[in-house]
Amino acid sequence: MAPPAVEEERVECAVEHGDIAISVRGLRNSFGDQLVHDGLDLDVRKGEILGVVGGSGTGKSVLMRSIIGLQTPDAGEVHVFGESMIGRLDDEALAIRKRWGVLFQGGALFSTLTVAENVEVPIREYYPNIGPQLRDEIAAYKIRMTGLPEEAGPKFPSELSGGMKKRAGLARALALDPDLLFLDEPTAGLDPIGAAAFDDQTRKLQQTLGLTVFLITHDLDTLYSICDRVAVLADRQVIAVGTIPELLALDHPWIQEYFNGPRGRAATAAVERERDRSAAAQDGQGNGQGNGKR
Amino acid sequence: MNKAADLVEETRDGSSVIRLSGTLSVACLRDLPARLDAVTGPVGAIDLGDISHIDTIGAWTVHRTARRLGAKVINASDDARRLIDTVAGYDEPMAIRPDHVSPLQRIVGQIGEAVINSGTTLVGLLGFFGSTLVASWSLLRHPRRFRLNAVVQRFEVVGVSALGIIGLMSFLIGIVIAQQGSVQLKQFGMEVLTINLVGRLTFRELGVLMTAIMVAGRSGSAFAAQLGTMKLTEEIDAMRTIGVSPMEALVLPRTLAVVVMMPLLGFYSSIVAIIGGGFLCAVALDIPPITFVQRLREVVPITDLYVGLIKAPVFGVIIALAGCFQGMQVKANAEEVGLRTTAAVVQAIFLVIVIDSFFAVFFTWVGWV
Repeated sequence: MAPPAVEEERVECAVEHGDIAISVRGLRNSFGDQLVHDGLDLDVRKGEILGVVGGSGTGKSVLMRSIIGLQTPDAGEVHVFGESMIGRLDDEALAIRKRWGVLFQGGALFSTLTVAENVEVPIREYYPNIGPQLRDEIAAYKIRMTGLPEEAGPKFPSELSGGMKKRAGLARALALDPDLLFLDEPTAGLDPIGAAAFDDQTRKLQQTLGLTVFLITHDLDTLYSICDRVAVLADRQVIAVGTIPELLALDHPWIQEYFNGPRGRAATAAVERERDRSAAAQDGQGNGQGNGKR
Repeated sequence: MNKAADLVEETRDGSSVIRLSGTLSVACLRDLPARLDAVTGPVGAIDLGDISHIDTIGAWTVHRTARRLGAKVINASDDARRLIDTVAGYDEPMAIRPDHVSPLQRIVGQIGEAVINSGTTLVGLLGFFGSTLVASWSLLRHPRRFRLNAVVQRFEVVGVSALGIIGLMSFLIGIVIAQQGSVQLKQFGMEVLTINLVGRLTFRELGVLMTAIMVAGRSGSAFAAQLGTMKLTEEIDAMRTIGVSPMEALVLPRTLAVVVMMPLLGFYSSIVAIIGGGFLCAVALDIPPITFVQRLREVVPITDLYVGLIKAPVFGVIIALAGCFQGMQVKANAEEVGLRTTAAVVQAIFLVIVIDSFFAVFFTWVGWV
């Protein structure tokens, strides 16, 4: 229908309309006898931070892996930016793949490359038209953007602390200016100050760059402080999606226990304290510091 | 709407202006950065009025060009302005790689490093041998801590599973020696001496040596990789904190397994090599197996067997220690596991051959010739 030149343009520089970034329908995943997902539906809206929670083993990471194509589901449909991602050849999925960045749990940095070289890998791979000098500069500002100090650039991943590795992983995930960012437990294993700073950074980047963020987390503070909506995984499905007050209004035992357990209450209290304080000091710096972590 | 990025140079009010158009995103930049770099001479402003979309890489490209040419950015949309201000805020030089050094300095440095490494490795290996001895001593005093299961399991991995490949290799080596030897000896009409050659060579040297090389390649490397990975995943640290000595739980069972298995495998290898030699003699030289065995008993002194059996456990100690030592040295990353595994095999084979030459001199000296 469309002439070839237009077709190429569409694949290269496409920006779709519609406000759904990821749509998952009827997803079914199993390992041997064990059914992880069965008829799972989920929509992620453009420009939101969607937190994904669920008990251990409910398949949060498997869901993410299914969406980004690391795991082929038994059945179901996954659409990212309107393009079906199941059963696509690598070449076809490439145009979409360039538009997302993934931060794995441990950072998954390439251990033989420096931090800066890690950030350069996607640029080098997809856009050879960007010369080495510009590439170095891009890597430098991306690394600064994620809050790493200047001296982190030439360091190898083994020389970094856990929090720095996550930031370096985030810098690599952001290398191609993705529209969609997947974060797998970004604050797990960070100290409360580091975790709050990371949340803050995520929020800031999301606002500056207009990102859609798919965020798997166990961290209630992260949910309260930066997520627009939260999806709850249980019983092999997404049992509820909504803002935290909406979820709290539901009567599901797991959700109640999750948000109203001791840790959930502590996080709620912290958020309320924070709100009171910023209301009291209206022109204060209100930058989310000292978020009163548990 | 999504056109590739493009630029036009024009003159407005006497000063030059670069007008950018299209989508300034990484996917659509194409050759724009190179073309912007090619722009020289005074440029008053960069006009972003015609661009449709911009991302941080596009913003950075604009920012660096504006900085280089001292140009102003004009007609930027709020989005573009925000992104350019954001990336400009992070505009500080950063090193990408560790500092570059001159080749001469690097070569000298590498030589020095290699020398120091060899020295420390040797000292480390000796130290490791010492701590193995200490651990063995404490195990002897508390024999109930002995991990029989671990050792027996290693027996199987190191010994029984290696039978097939070592047997095949030895059989072929026996054939090769007999065949090559017979060709040479035929010139003197002494083909029957092939039996001496095969018998003495395999028992004294080749049986044990080839076994050692095979075990170093099979088990020494496996030890290094296993322990190295356990070191990376902090399993060894966990063991220490629980109060289990990694020396006792990991190193000693492996060492013991190799030390016990080496003489057995070496003997087995010698026998199979002799069968190989006998097979060739029977097929190619018309020496019947009965004659072969009888002649073997006449020419191979029992001390040859002792020589092989004495060397074997020593080689075993070297292989196991080199493997475990290198594995325990892993610190940083997955790549190091590979390097250490290679080092373990190379070191083990090298040391085995060095010690073997000492043994050769020693046994000649004591009169076992």
